[in-house]
Amino acid sequence: MATVPDAAVPVAAARREGVLAWMARNPTIVLGSAILVLLAIAAVLAPWLADDPLSFEPINRLKRPSETFWFGTDQFGRDVYSRVVYGARISLVVGICVAALATALGLALGILCGYYRRVDAILMRVMDGMMAIPSILLAIALITLMKASLFIVIVAITIPEIPRVVRLVRSVVLSVRAQPYIEAAVASGTRGMRIMVRHILPNTIAPLIVQATYVCASAILTEAGLSFLGAGTPPEIPSWGNVISIGRTFFQIAPWIIFFPGVFLAITVLAINLVGDGLRDTLDPRIARRM
Amino acid sequence: MSAAESKAPTAKEVVVRVRDLKKHFPVHRGVLSRVVGQVYAVDGVSFEIRRGETLCLVGESGCGKSTVAKTVMRLLEPTAGSIELNGEDITRLSEEALRPHRREMQIVFQDPYSSLNPRLSAGDIVGEPLTNYDMAEGDALRQRIAQLFERVGLRADAMVKYPHEFSGGQRQRLGIARALAVNPRLIVADEPVSALDVSVQAQVLNLLIDLQEEFQLAYLFVSHDLAVVEHIGHRIAVMYLGRIVEVADNAALFGSPLHPYTAALLAAAPLPEPGMKRERIILQGDVPSPMSPPPGCHFHTRCPFVEARCRQSAPALQEVAPGHWVSCHLRPPGGPTGPLTPPTGAT
Repeated sequence: MATVPDAAVPVAAARREGVLAWMARNPTIVLGSAILVLLAIAAVLAPWLADDPLSFEPINRLKRPSETFWFGTDQFGRDVYSRVVYGARISLVVGICVAALATALGLALGILCGYYRRVDAILMRVMDGMMAIPSILLAIALITLMKASLFIVIVAITIPEIPRVVRLVRSVVLSVRAQPYIEAAVASGTRGMRIMVRHILPNTIAPLIVQATYVCASAILTEAGLSFLGAGTPPEIPSWGNVISIGRTFFQIAPWIIFFPGVFLAITVLAINLVGDGLRDTLDPRIARRM
Repeated sequence: MSAAESKAPTAKEVVVRVRDLKKHFPVHRGVLSRVVGQVYAVDGVSFEIRRGETLCLVGESGCGKSTVAKTVMRLLEPTAGSIELNGEDITRLSEEALRPHRREMQIVFQDPYSSLNPRLSAGDIVGEPLTNYDMAEGDALRQRIAQLFERVGLRADAMVKYPHEFSGGQRQRLGIARALAVNPRLIVADEPVSALDVSVQAQVLNLLIDLQEEFQLAYLFVSHDLAVVEHIGHRIAVMYLGRIVEVADNAALFGSPLHPYTAALLAAAPLPEPGMKRERIILQGDVPSPMSPPPGCHFHTRCPFVEARCRQSAPALQEVAPGHWVSCHLRPPGGPTGPLTPPTGAT
């Protein structure tokens, strides 16, 4: 059979057998997306679910978790629960934006690389160079050069992610290009552009979605890491990394400040990876496993 | 009536003429991918095919017959030689300049599975060439596709199905419908039935023969199966290591093969009658590597009748009898056409 797995078939089969049965067979996707949906709802409804994450109440400094302050307070008397809920906004926005940007750019470049040999020779060397730069260092450099903002953080995290997506897309394009049905399309007068859109692009979608989830998870972690180092999101924005960074100083007497954002960070990344693994197994078992 | 029995039309116009076609693949080695050698896949092949005529290209695996097919289609860039389609040289045309000519020649592939995009519906696959040349759209396109489906023996309502819902033989019919869509004059068939069951092979072959009669198609039919070739071929060209060693009409080639390789090839084919015996010619050794073909006649390393001159100079393809071309020193024009006898001394 063809070397490129036929992703359309299992999905179509799933549709026929009913949503419930499909969910029973894919518990990881269901669990992961349930967590993500809850987080997304919390992030969207943050103004109603939580108080102002920036209001200082010096009288309530370093309070333990209680009925009033579910996750305790930090050294400025800010409610950790509110900060964690608002932090979900930052993490999800960063994760989704980076995943979308890296995937879109990576897809465009990857298809060019896979299809045009000359572009490939030059672009892949550039990509090799980009992969040699540690992403945290690049982000620190970019943020030092420019004014710290969420946008700069997103750009800084996206750039090092692009080469990985390019490589994935390129490998899919190269393997699809060798298929006789591409030759058949050339022989029946299909132009290069149309071959890309009609015959090659659809084959890249499945592995790309899977890759996007991994990019998303790693972007959230990188953002937290950058914020923790003080090189990421500006400190006035309550991102999980910032909350942990501030709580670090008081971690021995008030461990809850870093405990709750840490747990949320871990759960979010775990949920995204669960969805990614589940999708990989359903959509495209062979190609994705090679990554 | 099989096509082989009807006499090949000779006076009709030439659809494709190939002259001294060569296709060499460079072999790269090492980090800098230096070129360390060439695979002489096709090394000087000439033929022409007229309207309504089938030229079969036979030979064992690796002799370059599929490369000829793909090079004629300009799916591979020829290294040297020329390809004329309807009298126009298309050897060096750019892909864009070639597009109108691609309408005139279509290809049917060997593998009916990988030659159809699994993500497109059968109707989209067959309709693709029509859309490419803006030959129909909307309802007219659907009607034309339905007509093509019925012509190749598929139900028109199968248009919405996907390739994996068809059997091997039906998939090959889809491939034929796609090739037929733009009304080509030449169809290159690259082992179109060798991936199919024997019972299905016959149906697909007969479909090809019917289509040829209806549309006066010229076929370049690549195959390694002598039974298939005997059934469908008007003229037959035998290839060995990138060169044509013998070309003749179906009856002449199967009746009195002149080249020793052809004779050995025919002797190796199984006979349909159990118990029938024929003289066996068993070739010694393997096919030499196409990276370093032997000097002189390519076949001399395995030929039972080899002489000293065979090792030095390559014989030209000469017309020995009317319409019967052979490339062998032992078969001069006008010479004897009986079986050759091995030389008595050790070779």
